[in-house]
Parts: sequence; C-alpha cells; structure tokens
Amino acid sequence: MSVVVRTVTRVILPVALAFGAYVIMHGHLTPGGGFQGGAVTASIVALLVVVYGGARLKGAKGWFAVLEDVGALAFVLLAFLGIGATFFRNVLAGSGGLFGAPVPQLGPNPGALDTAGTLPLMNWAVGLKVIAGLGSVVLLLSLFGREDG
Amino acid sequence: MVHAPILAIAIPLLGAFALPILAKLNRRARDLWAVGIALVTLVFGLAVAGQVFASGKPLVYTLGAPSPTASVTEGGFPIRIVLVVDALGAFAGIIALLAGAIGLFYSLQYLAEEEGKTLGTSLLLLLWAGILGLVYTGDLFNFFVFLEITSIAACALIGYRVWESRPPEAAFKTMAMYTLGGLLVLISVGILYGEYDALNIAYLSKLITGTLLDKLALGLLLGGLLMKAGAVPAHMWAPDAYGEAPAMATIVLVANTQAAIYALLRVVFTLFGGALATPGIGWLIASLGTVTVLVAVLMAVVQRHLGRLVAYGAVSQLGYMLLAVGVGVVAAGKGFGEVALKGGIFHMINDLASVGLLFLVIGAIRRAVGSVDLLSLGGLGHTLRWESGFFLLGALALAGIPPLNGFASKFLIYESTFKASPILAAIAVLSSILLLAVVVRAFHGVFLGPKARDVGPAPWGMLVAMGVLAVIIVVFGLFPGFFIERMVSPAVQALLGGRAAYLAAVLGG
Repeated sequence: MSVVVRTVTRVILPVALAFGAYVIMHGHLTPGGGFQGGAVTASIVALLVVVYGGARLKGAKGWFAVLEDVGALAFVLLAFLGIGATFFRNVLAGSGGLFGAPVPQLGPNPGALDTAGTLPLMNWAVGLKVIAGLGSVVLLLSLFGREDG
Repeated sequence: MVHAPILAIAIPLLGAFALPILAKLNRRARDLWAVGIALVTLVFGLAVAGQVFASGKPLVYTLGAPSPTASVTEGGFPIRIVLVVDALGAFAGIIALLAGAIGLFYSLQYLAEEEGKTLGTSLLLLLWAGILGLVYTGDLFNFFVFLEITSIAACALIGYRVWESRPPEAAFKTMAMYTLGGLLVLISVGILYGEYDALNIAYLSKLITGTLLDKLALGLLLGGLLMKAGAVPAHMWAPDAYGEAPAMATIVLVANTQAAIYALLRVVFTLFGGALATPGIGWLIASLGTVTVLVAVLMAVVQRHLGRLVAYGAVSQLGYMLLAVGVGVVAAGKGFGEVALKGGIFHMINDLASVGLLFLVIGAIRRAVGSVDLLSLGGLGHTLRWESGFFLLGALALAGIPPLNGFASKFLIYESTFKASPILAAIAVLSSILLLAVVVRAFHGVFLGPKARDVGPAPWGMLVAMGVLAVIIVVFGLFPGFFIERMVSPAVQALLGGRAAYLAAVLGG
C-alpha cells in the first residue's frame, strides 16, 4: 500500500487500540463490553492485513490460537471463583480493594470504574477471546488459497 | 454435590479450552486430561440424576445467587439464570453422559494424531457440554445459547475430514439447517420475551395464556426443534452428517438429536402445557413422525454407503420417538398416552445404544479398510469377529427384534399408537420389518462371503467402547421393566403431572 495509507495506519493504530481497550474496560458502565471492544480491537488486525499483507502476519496465527484458549479458560476460571456460594457468584463485588469499591448512590456521578467485582475481568477474558478469534478469522481469510498459507 | 448440575456443564467446558494448551506441552498429558474430564463429568452428571431420582423433586441451581436455591427475588420474580433438572432432564442427561463418555473413550485410539486429534477431542468436549447444558437449563434464552454451542461444535466435527470432498459439504448443509432452526427458536424466544418480559421457563409457563402470539411462538419453536431433530421434511442434513462425521462424533450427534426430542417434550408439556398442549399439536407431531419413519426406511433401502444406510435407520428411529410424543400429547389424560410417552422416552436411550453401536462399528471398518461402500466390502467377518458380532447385535436391536432393547420400547409405541390410530401403527410396524431387511442386507454385504482382504482388528479401547453399548442393549432388552420403573416412569410423571412441581421448584410456593 501507498505511503499515505501506511502513515495514516500508524497514526490510527494507537487510537483504535485505546478505544478498543476503553470499550472493553467500561463494559459494566457504558454500552459495550468484551465482545464489542474485542471486535473493535480485532479490526486493527484487518487494517494491518490490508496494509502490510497477510503473509507478514503469519507468525501471529499460533499466538492467536493460544490467546483464544487463554481467554476462554480465564472466563470459566473466573466463574469458578464463586463456587463457594454459587457458580458465577460475583465474589469481588463490594469486598473492598481493587474492583471491590462500594457502588455510589443513585444520581449523577463521574462513573466509579472499580465497583463491578469480577465483571471487568470477565469482560477482559471475553475481549481477549474475541480479539484472538476474529483476528485469526481475518488472518486466515487473507492467507486462504496461498501456497505458503 | 450441591453444585453438581453446573459442574457437569462447566467441567467439560473447562476441559475443552484447556486441552489445546495441554496438547502443546505433552500429548500423553492431553489424553489423560480428556479421560479425567470425562470421568469427573460422568460423576457429577450421575450425581445429579441420582439426586433427582432419589428425591423425586426437580433440582434447582441458581447461577450467581447467594445460595443455589435462591432462584427468586423478594417479589417472586426469577431474575437469575437457573438450571432445573427434573426426572426427564435427568434421564436425557444420562443419555448425553453415556454418549459423550463413550465417544471420548473411543476417540482416544480412533483419531489419528496428524488428522487433528487435539481439535477433534476439544470440539467433542464442547459438544458434550452444550448438550448437557441444553437438557439442564431452565432458562429459554440459555436454551438458545446452548443450542448454538451444540450446532457450531457439531458442524465443525462433521467437517472433521476436510481433506475429503464430502464432509465439508455435509457440514455446510448441517450448518445451514441448524442455523435456520436456531433462528426460528430465537424469534420465538424474542416473541415470548416481548410479550411477557421473562425468559425463565417456569415463570413463562405460569404466564402463558394461549394468545395468537403464543401460538406463533409454539409453532416456531416446534419448527426449529424438528429441524434440529431431523424430521421429514427437514431431514436431508442428517444422513450426510451421520454418514460423514467421524464415528466418535456421530454417537454424540445422535445424543444431540435426542436432546432436541427432550426439548420438544419440555416445550409442549412444561412451557406450553398449561394452555396449548392440544390434540391438534399431537396429531401434527405424530403424523410427521410416521412420515419420517416411512420416508427414512424407504431411503435406507437404496443406499450403498454403509454410513448413510445406518444414518437413514437412525432418522427412522427418530420418527418413532416423534410418533410416541405425538400420541402422548393426543391422549394426554388417558392410559395409553402414558404408555406412548414411556415407549418414546425409553426408545431415546435404546436408539442411542443401537445406532451408536452401529456407527462405532462403521468407524472401526472405515479405519481398518478405508472404505464403507457396500459394493466394495465383503467377507470382513473372517477377521473382524468382534465387530461383526456387535454389528449384528446393533442391527437387530435397531430393527426391534426381541429380546433386545429396541423391541421393548417399540412394542410400547406400537401398542399405544394402535389405540390412537391403527393406520399409523400399521405403517410403523411395516417400516420396522423393512428396516430389518435393510440391516440384514447390510450385514450380509459387509461381513459374510469369502474372505477378500486381510485387515487388523480394532484397538482394545474401541472394542471396549462398543462392548459397553452392547451390554446396554442386552441388559435393557432382558430387563426392560426394571429400567422403565426406575428411570422412565419418573420421567413420564414429570411430564404429565409434574408441571406444577417444576413451577413450584423454581418459583417457590
């Protein structure tokens, strides 16, 4: 691709990455969550495939496969955290510490990020799986039919 | 053990996702992990069934609640996702557990390393978890989610042999039908949610009054589930899928079909049981069942691909179950309606044993010879002694010859259908005779005749997996009363009189 496209991609890349991370991280407060944020982030893979060609990203295939497993595994294990009470019990919520801050009173507030217990962690697990899953789909489609694919 | 229902779903899920990572480290560790996961799942699943059959009450597990039984909030509204296992769910769970455990054990020596054993085993665990979730869930949307999990895992497994030409086609066909069926179910769930603002099956059942929208939702649900079950006229994916999928997946696919029958019973008797389980619905299901039996058996006659031949046999067995369900709905208040349901539900596990055994034998033949074309096979009985015995046993059980298990359940179905409609019963009996001719021809073509080639016997692991099914066929055939009384009758009672208990278990009071 031309210099213009490559330069613009370099500029957009960190912004898109940050936006994807924001959508994943704020999933429990604003519309979005693991799947949506993951899809946004995976679009970076599509951008890279278009600009640099799938062949240069071939090495990422194995990593995506592992990341996808790690994401799914993390989700199930997070659900297992609550098995003392019930499966999927949100044990971190309201327990103090990171992710366990008390939920503020109803009404206008700037958004209390660390109040949702295991939910943000699960969003990250789903996000990881979606990034890796959609990323490998895009990558495999670009490699499909090549001799060296 | 209070967590047993969710653990029976979560453990295979965990196993499926951890398996590829383990396989990167050590292949032996991966196989041990698969066996361990299968055993743990089996323990928890059987514990669920044991608890339900012992107490006679539905088991409720609420996800994410302070305690497993806290299924409703203060206002009596069930806001959380629940698992509800009554006797019918426990029975369907046993079928799924049996199929999954045997399939996994069989796959250890059946799948070749270079063909992608890791992914095959992982997908099998995923399919297993999906089926168990399907039969245990008490939430309509989760039901749809598990339906999709089974669809995706099943289609990937059907296309396992991607290097051949036919499996990808079969997988695509199945994917199209499953997706269409899933879509119908989703629209139906959307209608019910829009109408009643609830997704909990028990709560919905309490609210449903039988409006026009309810009827539409019931029709869509029935359509989606019949597509998933492979009833005529939406049966064309089933022979392709059963014929081309690797053997260890086929037996789980059969259990997947049984789960659709379970869901059909749950929808008609529990979800819509209060308002819409009318004889008209029953006649519809019974006629579809009879057509399925007849069409599938006639199609089986002309097959020369052994897998497809048995697959059409499997579709015809599904027709018998639909026939029984239909008669059960038609005669819900009468004695023979109960007999029909007993026959239909008992036939679920008998069908799994006989069809499953046949598919496992076909897998062994394919592995040994490399072909399942009836015209190129022959004389295999000289070397594959165990396999030929198992095939004959499975074939006779499939055709319903006494004293094997297929006879026990089919006889109940004939008897009760005859009281509802002699014509349907006559068609069912005639089809069964035709099926016997078909399977005897297949047995003759594959195993009898002069010895044509030297082939090695199947590894012991595969033979043990087949042996377990053979034992089930014989034992269930010799002592049907014992199993009907302990497992099938409670399941039928859970359908006919158990709706109130199901609702009370979830909603309290």
